[in-house]
Amino acid sequence: MKNIILFFVFLFAIKSFSQDTLKTIKVQADRKKIQKSLKITTNTSVLTSKELLKAACCNLAESFETNPSIDVSFSDALTGTKQIKMLGLTGPYLMITEENLPLVRGASQAYGLSFTPGTWVESIQITKGAGSVVNGFESISGQINTELLKPLKDNRLFINTYASTDSRYEINAHANHKFSPKLATSFYFHGNTRISKLDMNDDEFLDSPIGKQVNFTNRWQYANAETGWVSFLNFKYLKDEKQTGDVMFNPDIDKLTTNHWGSQIKTYRFDVASKIGYVFKDMPFQSIGFQNAFNKHNQKSYFGINTYDIQQDSYFSNLIFNSIINNTNNKFATGINFTFDKYAEFVNLKDVGRIDYSVGTFFEYTFDNTDKISYSIGGRIDSHNRLGVFFTPRFHFRYNPFEKSVFRFSAGRGKRTANIYAENQQLFASSRVMTVLNDAKNPLNVNNSKYAYGLNPEIAWNYGISFSQNFMIYEKKAEISIDFYRTDFQNQAVVDLYDSPQKALFYNLDGKSVANSMQFEFNYEIKKHFNLRSAYKYYDVSTDYLSGNFENPMQAKHRFFGNLEYESCLNEEGQNWKLDATINWIGSQRLPFTASNPIKDRFSEFSNAFSTLNVQATLVFSKAFEIYFGGENITNTRQERAILGSDNPFGSNFDASIVYQPIFGQMFYAGLRYTIE
Amino acid sequence: MKNTILIILVSFLVFNANAQERNKNKNAKVEFQVNGNCEMCKKRIEKASMKVSGVKSSIWNVDSRILKLIINEEKTTVLDIQKAVAKAGHDTEVSKANDADYAKLHACCQYERK
Repeated sequence: MKNIILFFVFLFAIKSFSQDTLKTIKVQADRKKIQKSLKITTNTSVLTSKELLKAACCNLAESFETNPSIDVSFSDALTGTKQIKMLGLTGPYLMITEENLPLVRGASQAYGLSFTPGTWVESIQITKGAGSVVNGFESISGQINTELLKPLKDNRLFINTYASTDSRYEINAHANHKFSPKLATSFYFHGNTRISKLDMNDDEFLDSPIGKQVNFTNRWQYANAETGWVSFLNFKYLKDEKQTGDVMFNPDIDKLTTNHWGSQIKTYRFDVASKIGYVFKDMPFQSIGFQNAFNKHNQKSYFGINTYDIQQDSYFSNLIFNSIINNTNNKFATGINFTFDKYAEFVNLKDVGRIDYSVGTFFEYTFDNTDKISYSIGGRIDSHNRLGVFFTPRFHFRYNPFEKSVFRFSAGRGKRTANIYAENQQLFASSRVMTVLNDAKNPLNVNNSKYAYGLNPEIAWNYGISFSQNFMIYEKKAEISIDFYRTDFQNQAVVDLYDSPQKALFYNLDGKSVANSMQFEFNYEIKKHFNLRSAYKYYDVSTDYLSGNFENPMQAKHRFFGNLEYESCLNEEGQNWKLDATINWIGSQRLPFTASNPIKDRFSEFSNAFSTLNVQATLVFSKAFEIYFGGENITNTRQERAILGSDNPFGSNFDASIVYQPIFGQMFYAGLRYTIE
Repeated sequence: MKNTILIILVSFLVFNANAQERNKNKNAKVEFQVNGNCEMCKKRIEKASMKVSGVKSSIWNVDSRILKLIINEEKTTVLDIQKAVAKAGHDTEVSKANDADYAKLHACCQYERK
């Protein structure tokens, strides 16, 4: 305790001699859809709202399909939600924030990304590798930060509707009012529904859940350039209901019975967030910010005869001070944050709830000589009721050896509690018995009750290097980049699906677990307004399981990504059209062990490689009005069998959790956007 | 605990006391013209001025040729900075670069001298 206080004193002491500094605001002249600056220290790409319009993109989970850094999995029949991976690691190892406040965390891990509609998003920053210490200690493989539309810059009115052949209908309506050039408010409404029960693969189970979502946000922005005060205030409400399972399932009659297998997932969520910032008047390089967020997330669900309820009440607070040391080449950020999470969690009525809280302080120094070199060194000390007192270091380095090239290195440590049930909810849709082995070698040794679920916290180091070079081919812009990242787990809550098809085991890592990834990217402007983006990705992700060292299930070793975009020139009336196509080739994946099942209920050890193709066209009729239409998975690639043991869903071989290819075949959609500036 | 609070308070007070003593501005905004003509010049001018102790922020505009600075007047003066910029090869109203330093500039940076 004393040490922590001493650390604070040290921070304040630094503050007092460095009151002299500057935070520059970078204006990006570049209007590209994906922006990758050669001059920033971290390996970050920014997806602008223009990029988000390139896919069907109904929500955040679907917005990464045209970006090679993030792999989007296929929505399973159960949740209808696409999960994401980065560097071969699943969503929970990423820090996912909205305007630097936690967005998808804890209870919301499985569905959280589907709770932010795409039209609300202004831009998304994707950072590969260890992130900044400013936002916390949990991130391991990277960070995704979403910026929502800003009321002071927002359009007066926006309407978007969407319909697709998988019977999904969506509406987005935005309204904005500016009280003065300093104060404005926006209202965002989103509603979606899927009404018809579709079973294209004739297994008598729905291919995607039916359901509805109502999602509402009101945000306020205040900015006063003369006084230096800025502020945001957000209110959000969400209600999401899904039903899936047997086509015949009627929840009123069949809920929690063995008449028909069915599942319902209901989520209610409420968020309040505030931000207040002050830029010092004579010192544009110095600022102070205070962020607070409270949210209540409540999920009630059942899967066949399994029930799973989780409610998370959480509070996050962050106080940040930015300034310089001597001059603007030497910047720093420091502050304190506080996190509180109360989980009321019941797995088949067994209470596994807990309360977590932590307080931490951070300091991050950034050197940037505005020329060839920049680096940042950050560290934070946190005191957590379960994880103890620990130090989290992060380091980033950038060097521009030539004018159009950049070399980067990063390293950092992350530590987190795995919310094993919330993160692996798809396993409830199987007859697997979920068991936590406190000590894999001595199952009777139960003494880790201090930690959540009796499992040690996950600790991992992440290291990465990347290089990219821009150049010209026949006077057209081209870019190649290559990166390598490695995540080394010191401890991990291992999810073992290799032991038995009737079990899902959770235990502490005993041995090695590493995720190596390599990405080679080539981008080329073939003609004006005609761009190619392509990437090859290699993943070597393996873990020491009880039965031996294997690559992780449902993780392809090789992936290829290609995207072509074309945009016609704007005519005098401001009209044009855009065309976009994305191809994904996904190599063979190791599947969970099913060889002990009867032959008809087995998957092979490895899946086949396959590819998918998505296409979209947009017709812009004027600044105010445009329509778009497209198709996903046009080649109609489908997983041969979506569900094992679907003929006997309450028997011991039932498993709907193994999804390695699209379940739903080809899908076509159309939508329109109407804007009043 | 009591002691640590005292330390925190004292460290703040000491800082504040320092701040009140001076009458020279620690965050003075100053600007002047610097001759130059391209992005490469911008880098050089900003770098040269930032090397002067007491210069906190430095932004040179290619079009207006004005260098905007935030400086600590206790540590430096406008003249010091103009000398430093001139040493890097760029003329200012008061301090001119010597011919040798001017000649060292990259060909594209050799602006028209008045």
